[in-house]
Amino acid sequence: MTLILASDLHKSFGATNAVNGVSLDIAAGEIYGLVGSDGAGKTTTLRLLVGAFQPDRGEIAIGGCDIARQTEQARAQVGYLSQRFSLYEDLTVLENIRFFAEVRGLTRDEWLPRCMEILAFVGLADFKDRRAGQLSGGMKQKLGLASALVTRPRVLLLDEPTTGVDPVTRQDFWQLLIRLVAFPLAQAGDGADVAVIITTPYMDEASRCHRLGFMRAGQIIASGTPSDLRARLQGRIMELRGAPLDLLRRVAAQLPEVENVRLFGDRLHLRLAPGRSQAATAALEQAVLAAGGSLSEARPVSPTLEDVFIELSEQA
Amino acid sequence: MPEPVVIAENLTRRFGDFVAVDHVNFTVAPGEIVGYLGPNGSGKTTTIRMLLGLLEPSEGRASVLGFDAFRQSEEIRARAGYMSQKFALYDDLTVWENLVFYAGVYGIREKERIEATLDQVEVGEHRLDLARDLSAGWRQRLAMAIALVHRPKLLFLDEPTSGVDPAARRVFWDLIYALAGQGVTIFVTTHYMDEAEYCERVGIMREGKLLALDTPAVLKARAIPGDVWEVHASPLQAALDACETGRGVLRVGLAGDHLRLITERGLQQEQLRAGLAASGLTVARLERGEPTLEDVFLALARD
Repeated sequence: MTLILASDLHKSFGATNAVNGVSLDIAAGEIYGLVGSDGAGKTTTLRLLVGAFQPDRGEIAIGGCDIARQTEQARAQVGYLSQRFSLYEDLTVLENIRFFAEVRGLTRDEWLPRCMEILAFVGLADFKDRRAGQLSGGMKQKLGLASALVTRPRVLLLDEPTTGVDPVTRQDFWQLLIRLVAFPLAQAGDGADVAVIITTPYMDEASRCHRLGFMRAGQIIASGTPSDLRARLQGRIMELRGAPLDLLRRVAAQLPEVENVRLFGDRLHLRLAPGRSQAATAALEQAVLAAGGSLSEARPVSPTLEDVFIELSEQA
Repeated sequence: MPEPVVIAENLTRRFGDFVAVDHVNFTVAPGEIVGYLGPNGSGKTTTIRMLLGLLEPSEGRASVLGFDAFRQSEEIRARAGYMSQKFALYDDLTVWENLVFYAGVYGIREKERIEATLDQVEVGEHRLDLARDLSAGWRQRLAMAIALVHRPKLLFLDEPTSGVDPAARRVFWDLIYALAGQGVTIFVTTHYMDEAEYCERVGIMREGKLLALDTPAVLKARAIPGDVWEVHASPLQAALDACETGRGVLRVGLAGDHLRLITERGLQQEQLRAGLAASGLTVARLERGEPTLEDVFLALARD
């Protein structure tokens, strides 16, 4: 069941085409990751979906409701966590959620049990009376998520929710998110399914999404499951060890078979031109020896999403 | 063995009852790239501030480039560069003016030297742009130029690539390697697991303590308590429950549409598959996964 449907969205600001022909079809139970550089159009896309901007062209339906014609019904199904979500530091955890609930028109009978359920879900139930200003960064993050969840949205839009958050908190946040989608909060009926769009600059997070879209210059230039995207570079990433590493790097970078060299602390990763891995291995061994270095290991490794990101960013 | 560039001995800093840095010991060799990985508030920035002589240690000591970090901090700051996570650029000044201003702070007036620094970080083409008009990636490079203009032998980078995408980060790291190749020692803090992979050695900080400091390969081999598996099984909830109580399973987490497990070393694939099947699960795919620094971090931080 499609929960987020966008067709051929366009949005310009002056001469800048921030979003330039984006289409999305995201089903219940999916976490869709939008990845891309600063200014690629990720945030603008989310803001179009949440109804904060009107597209210059294109259509959006949230849970089957057209956002232009059935605006309220569409918006009522959306939870949005912006990059800089605001909390009222002087209010307690519960008061903060209550505020968001009342803004969205929930009555006390509705919001109180729901808030407690959500606070339990994000692990903040024991802190409901603590002032938001006294929460750790990770707890604030969870309170932000709880606030976005209070209306029980079927569509959750998260704009870089984990930027600047430490690894343990990020891990917790993702476990919550995956649970939310895989095992929706108990409620009546079968409308409980949730779809999520998340933007992130972290490739380890991108790899946890069900599907990804790589954005560049306002367009989605590649999309698919993390495995699909990695398969683009299958057989083209080679790991090298040897000495001296800097010599290896310089030699490798000069070979015509090598498209890209990434130096790590104790090894190199090369991206090879399609179909050239045999030729590259032989050429490398020769060139490294000729330059006075030694090669101790050259083996193909699985491409990472970071490899894919860099390859896509380099495309003209 | 050359003299270490940084030596920290029982380095400790308290703020009231709070121990921000707790008896930390390590050395950094010349030309080495050492990373510090840890959550907010784990003591990464406080450590850097003590190494730069901006904060006095409550206990222990540090020596940097042969000088006492606190008593001879002027000597250190003349020879070390520092790029903080919230680098201050003058938004109303151009790239060139920003760099001239900061060079002046170090007493550097030669235009050629400032020019050379701009070339080094490849921001020359943006020299006349106002800082406020730069993208995150270019701002970061200008901040790097500012940290480099006095040709430091040691560079402290405090979360230099926060919010920067992988392609821009990659370019930034090429520059770091070029500097290390010229003998500059690099001490860098980061939140990014994949960025920590670029370092020669990585220290794991948690609650003021340095839990481990070694190469990524050694950390993965030593700190992760077992083998990593990727399990695609359905139904997912039942698979999660089964794994949480499964024999030999040390940790289980949700990874998008599948589970990621760490099991005791040597557990055979057939054993794992049989265990899952016995719980009535359909196992679509079961394969060994690559250990990551995130696994290392979680293993060390959660113990």
